[in-house]
Amino acid sequence: MTCVIIGASHGGVNCAFNLRKEGWEGAIILYDADSHLPYHRPPLSKTFLTSDDAIEKHSLKAAESYDKAGIALRLGEKVATIDREAKTITTASGTSQPYDKLVLATGARPFVPPIAGLAQAANVHVLRTAEGVLGIREALKAKPRQAVIIGGGYIGLEIAASLRKLGLDVTVLEREARLLPRVTSPEMSTFFAELHAANGTTIACSKNVSKITTDAVHCADGSTYAADLIIVGVGIRVNTELATAAGLKTTNGIVVNEQTQTNDPDVYALGDCTLHHSKHYNRPVRLESVQNAVDQAKVTAASICGKEACYDSIPWFWSDQYDAKLQMVGLSEGYTQVILRDEPGEGLKKSAWYFKGDELLAVDAVNNAKAYVLGTKFIKDRISVNKENLANTELPLKPGNLV
Amino acid sequence: MAKITFITQTGTQITAEASSGNIMELAKENNVEGIDGDCGGVCSCATCHVHVAPEHFDKVGKASEIEEDMLELDDNANEYSRLGCQIEISEDLNGIVLQVAN
Repeated sequence: MTCVIIGASHGGVNCAFNLRKEGWEGAIILYDADSHLPYHRPPLSKTFLTSDDAIEKHSLKAAESYDKAGIALRLGEKVATIDREAKTITTASGTSQPYDKLVLATGARPFVPPIAGLAQAANVHVLRTAEGVLGIREALKAKPRQAVIIGGGYIGLEIAASLRKLGLDVTVLEREARLLPRVTSPEMSTFFAELHAANGTTIACSKNVSKITTDAVHCADGSTYAADLIIVGVGIRVNTELATAAGLKTTNGIVVNEQTQTNDPDVYALGDCTLHHSKHYNRPVRLESVQNAVDQAKVTAASICGKEACYDSIPWFWSDQYDAKLQMVGLSEGYTQVILRDEPGEGLKKSAWYFKGDELLAVDAVNNAKAYVLGTKFIKDRISVNKENLANTELPLKPGNLV
Repeated sequence: MAKITFITQTGTQITAEASSGNIMELAKENNVEGIDGDCGGVCSCATCHVHVAPEHFDKVGKASEIEEDMLELDDNANEYSRLGCQIEISEDLNGIVLQVAN
């Protein structure tokens, strides 16, 4: 029996090791087009960008671990096609590999918008892989002074914080009217805008980039920002092409059931590339996060080994920018009320609690692990929160005060 | 060099050596079961939870506020709980024993 996994990032690697844990005795072959030993992605925009570290410092697992677990790594090998009839995959170099079970952990890639001049510009970078960051680090050696980041999402903001730390002048251009428009509330957008401004980053919203020239970024409203380093972080495109070409069901991601199985019972998918039905929120969701990849990987491995498993995690995320440690749990989409707390007398320590009616949907916590942990429990167990007490910061965040 | 001993939930004992880095990284390098380190060591996921042997607790020191908060509702947490990613390895830790909490 052979299990082939396509994609060796958080999801694929965890799936491989979990397969062994669950008792899979057959071969496990892990493919990735990336030739580096699989690594943690979150540090890419943070410590890996600001240091001289080798990417091996951020390896998901030591190289020997794969040998020990009998996991064959096929790094630098892109899988080109899947033949579900013959149950084989074929790499771009033409090698064919049979499988009994196949796992798609193909992730996503940065979306590069069709901006005039972008393709010709030499100083434009995207950030998703170690190679991408190494490219930025190389560009930093020429001591650029003015960085412009196109896109005010998490990746753009994390890069902004990192480049500020390195002493560059940094401007973030966001197309929408506020930062993080698709993923957080206006209240948190304001918080981030103020955080970045306080740290010397220029934030400019409602900026539609129209053209890139050698030393500047031009916007549709006529404004121009000088730039000797440009980073594009405007979102991703899901890598569904392999799945689509193989006739698997995809919409906004590869469609999987609670066992992370696609419409082919021998083909599973996990991580950023999947669309699943969230049991807790009762709607289809596609998540871009380590948590989703790692937790789905556990379910995939158990399911492949014939064990009962069901994906029902409450999503969580984190982001570190300057001295703000953001931890988020739940999905706030559809909220009707937000309660903000600033813990008194403790410096920057806040939380935003999102409700739909009486139901707590999500919590965003800044330097406030307690809010994050309590929020996680309340959301998971659908515990009704006393909103009046929650809004009263004279009452400490304690379960006894909130339920 | 500091020699660190991990004892997993299934009773497996693993001793590993390092002179730098943190406990979570050391555990991952040595495949210590129950230490996942999903967040990469930024105190965001609590998947590197260990109980320090009581007699070694002074060497390691107590958890920071954020660690305590992360572990507040964890059923396995006790007064010797720490998150491995928040324990920097130094000579001083030579000989300590850590029980993996999960």
